[in-house]
Amino acid sequence: MRKRVLRVNGRDHEVSASGDTPLLWVLREELGLTGTKFGCGIGQCGACTVHLDGQPVPSCLVPVEQTRGREITTIEGLAGERLHPLQAAWIELQVPQCGYCQSGQLMAAAALLREHPDPSDEDIDAAMSRVLCRCGTYQRVRAAIHRAARTTGGRGGGA
Amino acid sequence: MRLPADPGRRRFLKTTLAGGGLTLAFCLPLGGCGKDGGDGGQATATAPFRPNAWLQIAPDGTTTVFLAEAEMGQGVYTSIPMLVAEELDADWRRIRLQRAPLAPEYGAQRTGGSTSVRDGWQTLRHAGATARAMLVAAAAQAWGIPAAQCRTESGFVIDTGGGRRLGYGELAAMAARQPVPQDVALKSPAEFRLLGKPVTRTDLDAKVRGSAVFGIDVQLPGLLVASVARCPHFGGRVQSFDAEAAAQIPGVVSVHEISTGVAVVADGYTAALKGRDALRIQWDFDPAAGVDSEDIDAALHAATGGTADREEARRGDPETALEQAPRRLQAEYRLPFQAHATLEPMNCTVRISDGLCEVWAPTQAPTDAHREVEALLLGPLDKLVRKVGRKLSIDLPSDVRIHTTLLGGGFGRRLKQDFVVEAVEIALAAERPVKLIWSREDDLQHDFYRPATRHRLQAGLDDAGRPLAWRHRIAGPSRGLCVGGARRIPYDVANLLVDYRNVDTPVPVHYWRSVAHAHNGFVIESFIDELAVAAGADPFEYRRALMKDQPRLRRVLELAAEKAGWSGERPAGRHLGIAAHSSYGSHVAQVAEVSVQDGRVRVHRVTCAIDCGQVINPDTVRAQMEGSVVFGLSAALKDEITLEQSRVRQSNFHDYRLLRFDEAPEVETWIVDSDAHPEGVGEPGVPPIAAAVANAIYAATGVRIRSLPVTTDALRTPA
Repeated sequence: MRKRVLRVNGRDHEVSASGDTPLLWVLREELGLTGTKFGCGIGQCGACTVHLDGQPVPSCLVPVEQTRGREITTIEGLAGERLHPLQAAWIELQVPQCGYCQSGQLMAAAALLREHPDPSDEDIDAAMSRVLCRCGTYQRVRAAIHRAARTTGGRGGGA
Repeated sequence: MRLPADPGRRRFLKTTLAGGGLTLAFCLPLGGCGKDGGDGGQATATAPFRPNAWLQIAPDGTTTVFLAEAEMGQGVYTSIPMLVAEELDADWRRIRLQRAPLAPEYGAQRTGGSTSVRDGWQTLRHAGATARAMLVAAAAQAWGIPAAQCRTESGFVIDTGGGRRLGYGELAAMAARQPVPQDVALKSPAEFRLLGKPVTRTDLDAKVRGSAVFGIDVQLPGLLVASVARCPHFGGRVQSFDAEAAAQIPGVVSVHEISTGVAVVADGYTAALKGRDALRIQWDFDPAAGVDSEDIDAALHAATGGTADREEARRGDPETALEQAPRRLQAEYRLPFQAHATLEPMNCTVRISDGLCEVWAPTQAPTDAHREVEALLLGPLDKLVRKVGRKLSIDLPSDVRIHTTLLGGGFGRRLKQDFVVEAVEIALAAERPVKLIWSREDDLQHDFYRPATRHRLQAGLDDAGRPLAWRHRIAGPSRGLCVGGARRIPYDVANLLVDYRNVDTPVPVHYWRSVAHAHNGFVIESFIDELAVAAGADPFEYRRALMKDQPRLRRVLELAAEKAGWSGERPAGRHLGIAAHSSYGSHVAQVAEVSVQDGRVRVHRVTCAIDCGQVINPDTVRAQMEGSVVFGLSAALKDEITLEQSRVRQSNFHDYRLLRFDEAPEVETWIVDSDAHPEGVGEPGVPPIAAAVANAIYAATGVRIRSLPVTTDALRTPA
């Protein structure tokens, strides 16, 4: 089978999935990057959010063939040597409950902070309403985004 | 002061685990949800001691509690070690909870009914206290001093005479040679160092890194993925299908008819779904037997009249009191079917080899999973062969092991083990390790739903507007899921009748977060609001005056009203509604601040007060209140599950919508300081919220909400 090259978290990976396979399942099943979650398969829940060239996308809707030559960042690539300021704020404010949607929450928030280093509540509403949380952690997510924005002095996060 | 421990729960045995040190085996009464559970492994005259929990202090000082309790976001991986650490005087940084696999020799393990801390309160602290006593005895022996001259702190035994100290790890092996004391005492609340203080949860680092392993993340060598096509109509079966067409799809490995439908096994989820789409299944379903939601609604409505199947509660002479009351009120309330919609869809991984059937499952009830898998494997072979669709060439495993993974939400859904049994059937048929993954459509269309119910409420009022009589008829599809929380109302009414009438439907139903309390909290707290309005009274003052015998619920009612500024000023267009309900031993009141514009409800703020007895981790209590409000609001304001031809109309999050980020209120939680027995926190925040919002909508618009979810049409219809 023809191989294709996927650039994920700064490294190239050879994968053999057919071109129409959603990126989500290539990440999870071929690369073993299971931090990106499956929740609905139709781009409604945002649990599978990853960055494609820095933009947040639902990876369940992106055919892997459309990622050629593009930079993919998953939750596993969010932290550098230290936790991303959002991850640190997430722990500090005890955001996750079951935790299943939190990769999607964090990736959506990281993209927001890069765009708006000191986001308003309206900015946060607009960016975060694409990610569902059944446990209801929304208000802590909001507080943690504000906290991370403060700790980075409005410079946004890494990644 | 050290209080004597509860002797009924006392049972500890020394044992050995890999890693050495001191290990105590004990039994936690992890029954959950009542019904059939709850032997908890307690030894009786006829049954042997079956531990389901272990406390180990390793030679390096690491302290581990092993048990199969399910972490689904409720923080139990933190609160359970806290109970042990408190009495052990352990170093909190060095104690952790580790999941134990479930094997037949273990006692019952089931997580539900907000029971983990309630049931473990005595036993877990007693385990810590027992281990502490053995460590102290070991140190006293080593130093040649009386045990009374020793004290403990943060993982050390200290000689109060000379200041010498020995770490728990150093003492563990010697402690294991001490007799197990039978009469250790527990701390009084005033002595607590850990309990009641906010503690950082232990499971969050992995959850923010994406490295936490949920059921769907389990990986094994050679693992295949399965998807199952089930008849979309409840009660239907497979008639025929095209296995060949599915097998042609690249990546598809095999196709099997199983008891719930047709399973396609492939090298990945995408190929399994494609194979499933190619099956062209003909279903055996008689359209004449199909049921629509409208039929069920009509049947439930009819059952709010006529003769009851069962009287649930009777006090005084409700019939006469109602007839003779100077004023009478009557209203009918309706609640729909709701899905659990855990964000992690149902899934289960199974490997059968060398006589062992290993199961990895995000389950709330490993005990039930074990029992059901064993029944499948040990059942009559011909039945099993028929189930898996062909002759088996592998040896049937004789041993079953259940590994509980993290759960991506539970809410009661994972008390059912249908997805586990399904995965075992597929692994048997495919003769390969298999991970079964349900799609979101599978999840929403094949859930065990919260039942739909209808309720007829009647009240008689005296001349001052006080209730003389209360009648509540509940009509629903399963008594056990419909009547909880209705038998006792917190209000002072001399004459009361609560009864139930059953209506059968083809819809599978089961526990849903807070079970019938979610229904009855809404109904009772809405109708009492109607009575307050009829009496011309303030809804808060009216409730308060009638809560004579409910001091704890009255206190949270007052606290919520005070903190919400019930009688104060608020922005134009904002209106308040209040509701209070007791469930799972706890008492919760909520005030919702709401605005209504163009038929749209916006909940801005919810002030929540809870009395859950002794608090273990206050931040967990707050998190559970915040989550319960959001969970309850999805059911109150968003979508319902409806049927057409016995088929669920909704299929994914576009038509079964959940509350989103920009719709979520700010939740403020106030916790009553208490040293009463600790009670549930995972569920009691759900029951009041729908009524608090509905009552605020009434205050805003004069429209009384008697049917959930709230619709735009309802808000445009004058009362």
